[in-house]
Amino acid sequence: MIRDTPASTALDKVMREDRGRCLAALIARFGDFQLAEDALQDALAEAARHWDQSGVPDRPLGWLLKVAGRKAVDRLRRRNREGAGAAALAILASDPVEEEAEMIPDQRLRLIFTCCHPALEPKTRVALTLRTLGGLTTSQIARAFLDSEPAMGQRLSRAKAKIAAAAIPFKLPEPEDLAERLNSVLTVVYLIFNAGYTAGPALDRDLCDEAIFLARLLNQLQPATAEVEGALALLLLTHARRAARVLGGASVALADQDRALWDGPMLAEGQALLDRAVARRRSGPFQIKAAIAALHSQHAPDWPQITALYAGLLCHEPTPVVRLNHAVALAESGALQEALERLGALSDALDGYQPFHAARAELLARSGQTTAALVAYERAIALASSPADAAFLTRRRNRNLS
Amino acid sequence: MQYMALIYTDPALTPPMGKAMNDDYFAYTRRVKEAGVMKAGDALQPVTTATSVRVRDGKVETIDGPFADTKEHLGGYYLLDCADLDEALKWAAQIPGAKYGTIEVRPIVVFG
Repeated sequence: MIRDTPASTALDKVMREDRGRCLAALIARFGDFQLAEDALQDALAEAARHWDQSGVPDRPLGWLLKVAGRKAVDRLRRRNREGAGAAALAILASDPVEEEAEMIPDQRLRLIFTCCHPALEPKTRVALTLRTLGGLTTSQIARAFLDSEPAMGQRLSRAKAKIAAAAIPFKLPEPEDLAERLNSVLTVVYLIFNAGYTAGPALDRDLCDEAIFLARLLNQLQPATAEVEGALALLLLTHARRAARVLGGASVALADQDRALWDGPMLAEGQALLDRAVARRRSGPFQIKAAIAALHSQHAPDWPQITALYAGLLCHEPTPVVRLNHAVALAESGALQEALERLGALSDALDGYQPFHAARAELLARSGQTTAALVAYERAIALASSPADAAFLTRRRNRNLS
Repeated sequence: MQYMALIYTDPALTPPMGKAMNDDYFAYTRRVKEAGVMKAGDALQPVTTATSVRVRDGKVETIDGPFADTKEHLGGYYLLDCADLDEALKWAAQIPGAKYGTIEVRPIVVFG
């Protein structure tokens, strides 16, 4: 916001907390993503003027929704006069009597499913979700994904145009599709979390917090769902360790982290969610990942059990990265030789992946193959995505190969 | 809302157009018709029969072959009338060719 007035502060607050809710209600009513966004923008401009003069209304959200609804109707009328006709008229004709904003049900779950629709590219799903539900600006999203603002803006408008032209529905999935569609949504949330994890607090909006907000929202809108609880548990169990993750500019391995820095209540909340999810006996990839994260938080991680969980995860996600983690867990359980053989089979698929070379270096060093280990460390350091990671790897190399 | 489901297959990977395949397509066509979804649909002769034309500087150029030389060829289409993309994708995924080729689903432009 431009100035810090009571009006701008109130607006900021509503948009931070309820932008998604506003948009969802408008899209549900008008069936048009772009129109909803434009109308909300109009309403915000009017609020900035009006609230400054007459004070902030009692129910800011209701005020905004009402005005945005009127703005949308204005825009449809204008579109109609400009001859883009029949469709606009149809919406106007079917437009119900203006409801009281308080009565409008929360439509955000539908909005999440639309933003994460499999007909959109994964990166577009992430961007659209952050824009519509997280309320991030296009420039914030562009920065998070190292894109230029025009490119990100284009990606977002193309997505909205496709949603409209191809009639990607604004509705909840059919029961038989729910599990798969939910997985697509949770994957988007997890991608957002990972982007935040990699970028760290460098951005002015912490994407990890954003992901946790979205996961909590899903857990509230789609309650008692094992995979949703599992995903939220996974984020909390990982995020709880953030303060201990970097020390003096270098990443710290889990085993060496100062546990006093871990967020105890957050770990407990994650563990409780995971227990609840597992009790539902509907296993899924996010619960398995959360269970692995939970085992990692114990003083002496139970490696044979972690190995078994990775084997289970492979059934859901038979990817090279999961195979890598499975092999590392095997090595930690004592099967060093088998682990190295399994890594060997992954060298083509993961050649450009830093963690692969880092893991291989560790295992080679452990098995006494010093020269090969050194080469692998060098490769890992060259591929490190942050100075903290490079510093960590250099330290490991010096410690393990001296 | 109408959607064009374009059936692209690689002849090298396509089972021969025998009785089994015919039966599959007949069965699908009957179902999609009975559901009131099918507006039109046809199979095309192989791409070796294709001729392309274009007009440049007022002159018609005729070229033997398809527009684009790709491994996967357009082999047929269904025109589907559906409520939304989800429904269209559901029907498209049931086209027999989806098992070994790819179905491209495109919405039809409505001129208002």
